Amino acid sequence: MSEAHSVEAVRLQVRRYYAVFAGLLGLTIVTVTISYFHLSAVPAIIAALFVASIKGSLVASYFMHLISERKFIYFVLILTAVFFLALMLLPVMHHADRGAV
Amino acid sequence: MQVPYTVEARSDTGLFNAKLGIWLFLSSEVMLFGALFSSYILLRVGADTWPHGYEHLNIPLGTLNTAVLITSSVTMVMAWASLMLKDFVKYRRYLGATILLAIVFLVIKGFEYSAKFEHGLYPSTSTYFAIYFTLTGLHALHIIGGIVVNAYFWGPGSKMWKTDPERFTHRIEIAGLYWHFVDIVWIFLFPILYLL
Repeated sequence: MSEAHSVEAVRLQVRRYYAVFAGLLGLTIVTVTISYFHLSAVPAIIAALFVASIKGSLVASYFMHLISERKFIYFVLILTAVFFLALMLLPVMHHADRGAV
Repeated sequence: MQVPYTVEARSDTGLFNAKLGIWLFLSSEVMLFGALFSSYILLRVGADTWPHGYEHLNIPLGTLNTAVLITSSVTMVMAWASLMLKDFVKYRRYLGATILLAIVFLVIKGFEYSAKFEHGLYPSTSTYFAIYFTLTGLHALHIIGGIVVNAYFWGPGSKMWKTDPERFTHRIEIAGLYWHFVDIVWIFLFPILYLL
């Protein structure tokens, strides 16, 4: 963590951790509840990944302290995200290519 | 000779060695799981039919495991916060809870696996089960790795608190970053495999 940490600052963070914990449990219930509606494929995938992305962001931002991290870490993560997106696009491009034949 | 930047941050990156190291490692882990997620999309999009996860997997157990892992993330970050507050007793309690929760996660996963095997469902049964066992198995290996590292820092590795408390606190922060990453992977695995 990049910021200086006084005892008070850490105690404030601890309160945030519990708030995030409650949020994560709530969002887990939301995800499971949505699945019982048996939505068709596209809205189901969008809803599930949307909620999972919020949960992942909460963990990364607060538990992994990315919300107050050094710029160099952001640079590493942006580079990783670019390659990750390329990986995710590969099967989509393959599918589109196959559909065009 | 003393290794530089084990505690103090480098002036150019603003990071100590282990912090940069763990983020580079986690980036490689993103690509490892990313390759498997990409394979999952390729297989699912290309398949004529694909079973719904909720028809084959136990959603209550999966939900329980999600709650267990999220709770373990909280106890992990609380272990680090306890060290920041110079409370070593609480640190050991929280890290011990993290290890126990990780073991609970594996036991629940074990129940799920054994139920599948009893019903004759193996990785060779279908493409769906092949990707299910591969993704959850690799994730479980990461959980085991986390247990080993955390157990070391709970036991023999915690001696460093007496000799070099700042460096030890950094080590727990690094172990925590790995553990939270494992949690994030599960946050995505759960809906993809169980709910869709």
